[in-house]
Amino acid sequence: MPLVFPEDSVGLVTPKILRFDAPLSLACGRDLSDYELIYETYGELNAERSNAVLVCHALSGHHHAAGYHSPEDRKPGWWDSCIGPGKPIDTRRFFVVSLNNLGGCNGSTGPSSLNPATGKPYGADFPVVTVEDWVHSQARLADALGIERWAAVVGGSLGGMQALQWSISYPERVRHCVAIATAPKLSAQNIAFNEVARQAILSDPDFHDGNFRERGVVPKRGLMLARMVGHITYLSDDAMGQKFGRGLKSEKLNYDFHSVEFQVESYLRYQGEEFSGRFDANTYLLMTKALDYFDPAAAHDGDLAATLSSAQASFCVMSFTTDWRFSPARSREIVDALMAAGKNVSYLEIEAAQGHDAFLIPIPRYLQAFSSYMNRIEV
Amino acid sequence: MRADLDIIQEWIPAGSRVLDLGCGDGELLAWLRDNKQVHGYGLEIDPQKIARCIERGVNVIEQNLDKGLDNFGSDSFDVVVMTQALQAVARPDEVLRQMLRIGRECIITFPNFGHWRCRWYLARYGKMPVSEFLPYTWYNTPNIHFCTFRDFEALCREQNLRVLDRLAVDHEHRDSWLARLWPNLLGEIGIYRVSGPHLTDARVAV
Repeated sequence: MPLVFPEDSVGLVTPKILRFDAPLSLACGRDLSDYELIYETYGELNAERSNAVLVCHALSGHHHAAGYHSPEDRKPGWWDSCIGPGKPIDTRRFFVVSLNNLGGCNGSTGPSSLNPATGKPYGADFPVVTVEDWVHSQARLADALGIERWAAVVGGSLGGMQALQWSISYPERVRHCVAIATAPKLSAQNIAFNEVARQAILSDPDFHDGNFRERGVVPKRGLMLARMVGHITYLSDDAMGQKFGRGLKSEKLNYDFHSVEFQVESYLRYQGEEFSGRFDANTYLLMTKALDYFDPAAAHDGDLAATLSSAQASFCVMSFTTDWRFSPARSREIVDALMAAGKNVSYLEIEAAQGHDAFLIPIPRYLQAFSSYMNRIEV
Repeated sequence: MRADLDIIQEWIPAGSRVLDLGCGDGELLAWLRDNKQVHGYGLEIDPQKIARCIERGVNVIEQNLDKGLDNFGSDSFDVVVMTQALQAVARPDEVLRQMLRIGRECIITFPNFGHWRCRWYLARYGKMPVSEFLPYTWYNTPNIHFCTFRDFEALCREQNLRVLDRLAVDHEHRDSWLARLWPNLLGEIGIYRVSGPHLTDARVAV
């Protein structure tokens, strides 16, 4: 309970909501007639409006990337390790914008919002949104905030996909693209994990084809399973081994199937439990679909270099050695395509034990390189 | 700028595409970018040196030369540079082959183990030479593939490469008439510019 916030924190922040009344055409062919985006900003936009940085969130992320909503908050925003005064995305230099994406469940229009056409929650009727759709909606947010060109668009994992998509969809509006622990498209194995997560939710009797809210229930069990399987893939074998090993919760084995025996079981259940209490099942389905569908090179017969050839940004790509969900090899695909297209790019493969989660963790070399790259950006 | 880099830059045409294998702190690429409008990438594995490249705004790619260069397309660069790294890679012959595949021309510098001081040290003490310039002992040296100028040129012949330029200099990269006369005995560092057999427009210096 920090009554005084740390010196390198952006401190107390308040989310804002912007309403968009012009319809947004989506990749699925449907229109979203109007929608709201919730976002936070840190730092000050300069007079030239040249210091704006967009932070894109990953699967379960949201607009609250840094600072605290109240002095009682136990934890700061999800990327507080990288955003703040003196941190890689230095709020003394940059004006940072962080939003909750469309389809989210943290305040932007999504499946749990009311559908103006029916007066009921969208539920399963919320359109499937893609990374491209998000980027278009973010471009409108940029317009509304008077930001013509981002100094940088930054993101990890699914957020990194948005950063890449920005450089492709709006080449003239992005000066730098920082894509961390990401991939140019998901592998079959990755899609398979997402499918298991979706099946866990879809087969929960409380899911009711996505319209569970009307019935006053939540597919808690399915969401919990989805998160558990996801969580396994975000950690490395080593990280799990170090954290839990074969450690037991109880003194001895119980020879049954109900007891929580191993530490790792207890941890996963806790993570799943906590997540199922705060996240929307329909949003989870949407986010995994957005991941699965992302494949910007498909428009160029799979030629990623040709896809990125129109980009004007300089790129910084980073991966982590033990990340097997978005492995270094996937980042190298991006880097190779960027080099083949003659783009400015730097690539770092950070030694880290934490697997995919490493991009959220203050690893010294990661923060140092991230800072060095960001400090070079002229504002 | 480091003396050998100053020599090398003269062999790199303005506006060309350059790949620097083992680019260190990015000094050469930064200079070429600022003075010759060169667009380049450097490969490096040392975290400190990579950090310096990023601070300089040099395009640096964390990639180990020993794990191959298959990710680079054939003829995708005008010049591929490798300074003081040939003797430290696992397969110098493979790296050389790859360099010639990727670039039209290659510039390579390496220490000459045939220099008289090395020969004298080995003859006098019967031990692997250790000097201020090459301060390692045999068991901890990163330089696992020392060669002489003659060895290197034999490899070039074997791979049908053309030596377009050759310079034998001392460890401060000074050129001298003596080193020119007996390079393999009096030159400490070799600076070579080579191309594949297909390149016909270049002048042949040696």
